[in-house]
Amino acid sequence: MKSAVIVFPASNCDRDAQVALRDISGTEPVMVWHRDTEMPDVDLIVVPGGFSYGDYLRSGAMAARSPIIKSVVARANAGVPVLGICNGFQVLTETGLLPGALMRNAGLKFVCRDVWLKVEDAVETPFTAGYNPGQVVRIPIAHHDGNYFADDDTLDRLEDEGRVAFRYCEADGSLSDTANPNGSRRHIAGIVNEAGNVLGMMPHPERLIDGALGGSDGRAMFEGLLRTLH
Amino acid sequence: MKAKVHVTLKNGVLDPQGKAVQHALGALGFGGVDEVRQGKYIELDLAETDADAAREHVEQMCEKLLANTVIEDYEIEIANT
Repeated sequence: MKSAVIVFPASNCDRDAQVALRDISGTEPVMVWHRDTEMPDVDLIVVPGGFSYGDYLRSGAMAARSPIIKSVVARANAGVPVLGICNGFQVLTETGLLPGALMRNAGLKFVCRDVWLKVEDAVETPFTAGYNPGQVVRIPIAHHDGNYFADDDTLDRLEDEGRVAFRYCEADGSLSDTANPNGSRRHIAGIVNEAGNVLGMMPHPERLIDGALGGSDGRAMFEGLLRTLH
Repeated sequence: MKAKVHVTLKNGVLDPQGKAVQHALGALGFGGVDEVRQGKYIELDLAETDADAAREHVEQMCEKLLANTVIEDYEIEIANT
C-alpha cells in the first residue's frame, strides 16, 4: 500500500501517521509538503492532525486553501481513499469534501484523553474494514475544536445513508451526554463522504497502534486499509 | 477604499464562547444580559475605487475564505476612507 501524508506548517501528527503507515504497511509513506502541487500516485492520502497555520481564521481554513489541496480534492473525487484525522477532519470539512463544521468544544476546554468509540453498524468503508460492526474501541482525542455541527437535514441524510462511521460512547457502547467529550451533534466522531472513500474523524487511531503506547485499537484501521486496498 | 466585514455565527448555531462571556458578565454584576454572541471583525484595504465592485469582490472573499457559510453569516460595509 503506497501512501502519502500531507505536511502543513504546524502539523504535529504527521510523524505519528508516518510511523503507523510504515509499521503496518511495510512501505515508507511519502511526506508531501503543503506547497507542492503534484500528488504522487498513492493508494491512500492522510491529512494529519495538528494546528495547521496556527488555526488562523478557523481551524483548517488556511490549510484547505493551500496549493496541495487541489490535487487532494481531485484524487478524492477520483475515488482515492483520503483519511483526515483531527485537524485533517477540520481541513476536509473546510474543503467541502465532507459536510458540516467542527466548532469550539462545548466545554470550551482543550480535551486530551482516551474515549470510547462505537464503530457504526451501517458503515462499510475501507477505513472500518478492520473493525466489526458495532465494535467499541478505545482511541485518544486531543482537540479544542471537535464539536461536530451540521444542520438537521444534513445529519438525517448522513444517518440515512450510513455515513456516520464513529460515535462517542460509553464503554458498553451506549450513547450518553457524559461520553460525548465535545458536544458533537448526535455524538458524531467521524463521517464519510457519499462515495465512502473520504473519512474525517477527530480521534487519533495513529496514536494507538502498539501495546507499548498504551493500546493498539487504532491498528485495526490501518490493517483494514491495507487488506482492502491490496 | 475600506471594507469592514463582520462574521457571526448563524442563528441556531450554539455559541459556547458567547455563553461563557455571558456568565462572566453576570459574575461581574452586569445583570440583564440575555444573550452574548461572539464573532469576528475583519478590515480590508482595497485598491478598488468603485463601491459596487468592491462589495462584489469582498462577497466572493467571504464565500471562499473569510466565512464558513455552514455555520457563519457575514455582513459587509464599504467605506470610502
